[in-house]
Amino acid sequence: MQTKKIPHPGWNLEYMMWMFTRLSGLAFFFLAIIGMAAALVMGARNQMDLGTLMRWTFFPNPNHVLDSNIPNVDIWANGFWQIMQMLVIFFGGTHGLNGLRVVIEDYTSRPAWQSITRLLFFVLWIFMILAAVYVILAS
Amino acid sequence: MALDRKVGFWEGVRYKGGGPMLAWALHRISGLGMIIFISLHVVASFFTQQMGSDWAIGINIIYESPYFQLFIVFAVLFHALNGMRIIILDLWPKMLRYQREMTWLQWLIFIPIYSLTIFIMIQRVMAGG
Repeated sequence: MQTKKIPHPGWNLEYMMWMFTRLSGLAFFFLAIIGMAAALVMGARNQMDLGTLMRWTFFPNPNHVLDSNIPNVDIWANGFWQIMQMLVIFFGGTHGLNGLRVVIEDYTSRPAWQSITRLLFFVLWIFMILAAVYVILAS
Repeated sequence: MALDRKVGFWEGVRYKGGGPMLAWALHRISGLGMIIFISLHVVASFFTQQMGSDWAIGINIIYESPYFQLFIVFAVLFHALNGMRIIILDLWPKMLRYQREMTWLQWLIFIPIYSLTIFIMIQRVMAGG
């Protein structure tokens, strides 16, 4: 068994993303609790089904609750929830695409592939965030 | 990390890691499931909103099916609980003494919540919802 020299830990990409994954994981719990509490205030107990409650919990967008019996969803379409949606998509997209990158890099060992996959994931990440922010601001 | 190692995919699958390996594998599978779901959802929302395109609505029909929903509930719930266990173990390494108990606790929380969700979803499908 050959021993590998482990570089001194510092603020490199791997360490930053390792920390980000943990902290964004904690953030999801808080974002989900805030979203679920708001859905209950909206009337989830009698005017929403379980799926709609979950939709508001994970992505608090008025377009997400159109098929419920909430009388007026428009009052929930304000800046606070737009910022919440952007936080959800930023944490979600970054956490998810970084996770996919880690899984793929576990099964590819060539350094040349590494730079190609990293570039691809960076482009995908930017595209996903921009498309989502566009949807949020246009809805 | 791209370590230079000589272990293939199927060799890795045959490794008998038991419960912790099952949690690790399910964490990856559920994570992959969610990132595919969310990416499709963002793209479909974008094209539905901007162009009202038919294929984007078609993608919506796929993940509104009950089978896909059962999978995505499993993925979200398992990933959240297992992720919480990993966060606790990584940020408070003293808890590593109790990692076996934590895995059991995780399944103990997961099974009732997921069973209840399945029950409600099947009830809705039976009612024609």
